Amino acid sequence: MRDGEVRAGWRTFATRSSWLLASMLVAALAWAALAPIEPASRDELFEIPRGTWARRMAGDKVEILPDTVRLTLGIKDVLLLRNLDDVPQVFGPALIMPGQSFRLPFEVASTYSFACSAHAKGAMNVIVDPGPAKGWPTLRWRALQWLQPSA
Amino acid sequence: MSFPRFAFKVLIPLWLAAASGVSVAAAPALKAGVFEPPRQAPEFALRGSDGSDLTLARYRGKVVLLSFGFTQCPAVCPTTLATLAQARSALGSSADRVQVVFVTVDPERDGPAQLKAYLAAFDAGFVGGTGKPEVLAAMRRNYGVVAEKVPIGDSYAMDHTSSIFLIDREGRLRAMMPYGRDAKDFVHDVKLLLAK
Repeated sequence: MRDGEVRAGWRTFATRSSWLLASMLVAALAWAALAPIEPASRDELFEIPRGTWARRMAGDKVEILPDTVRLTLGIKDVLLLRNLDDVPQVFGPALIMPGQSFRLPFEVASTYSFACSAHAKGAMNVIVDPGPAKGWPTLRWRALQWLQPSA
Repeated sequence: MSFPRFAFKVLIPLWLAAASGVSVAAAPALKAGVFEPPRQAPEFALRGSDGSDLTLARYRGKVVLLSFGFTQCPAVCPTTLATLAQARSALGSSADRVQVVFVTVDPERDGPAQLKAYLAAFDAGFVGGTGKPEVLAAMRRNYGVVAEKVPIGDSYAMDHTSSIFLIDREGRLRAMMPYGRDAKDFVHDVKLLLAK
């Protein structure tokens, strides 16, 4: 095989590889922008650990549930409250028995206010944000998750 | 394989499959917040707006939608009761298997007669409950309901829990629907509870 033929072969290979890589990148970006976000779990979990009541009785100020919980439709849109303590607890909007959980799904983006005697203000809010739209917002959301997995 | 053929046969189908994929996350069965495992709903004994003793056991075999409020409530209670009336209407023949119970948090002003007149404006099938303040307070504690008097000039209003409790036909406290949900959400959940 002559030197010129080898060089031409490499050039063809390099061109095709570049095309392949570029198309894979475009496909990946298209997927990231358009594919539905499918989180492993849509539950935002808060748990009352065992012994919480005893700690409160001893004067320890235990805060588990924040005044405001922020959820995102389609991604984290289920408030899951679990009581692992030995006594019934008013936890957010519900009275939850020992070993019991309360699972509240949201389907509409809005701000929800619940009377809650466990909070100093007597209320807690759940703010449900809309999920990212397809295209750039979804791409941006995935990029942020990739860069900041805990965000 | 040339690039156009590769794109046509591999990349585009992959992309279409990803873009049209449906969520595999299982939707919750009920629209309301679900207690798991469910417990037996606390029993109560009140004076009913229909003149009889009002107990939960009386409605065993029916789905009970239990709400707390007061007849002079300016917004939340009328909205809730109108939604429940709409849901019962949408249930058609199944409406007979659903009982709405409205328990007052304001026994000073809500006697059986006031409750009866108030509820009839929404649905003649609704039943109200009242009783001694301590009896009502104990019931609220059992359900995790809060109610607080708020002075307004010479009068007062009541701040109270606005969620609605869903009790199944076996008397188990299955779920709690937050205030503001549509009638269709109640219809959906009641149908599920009636089917089980």
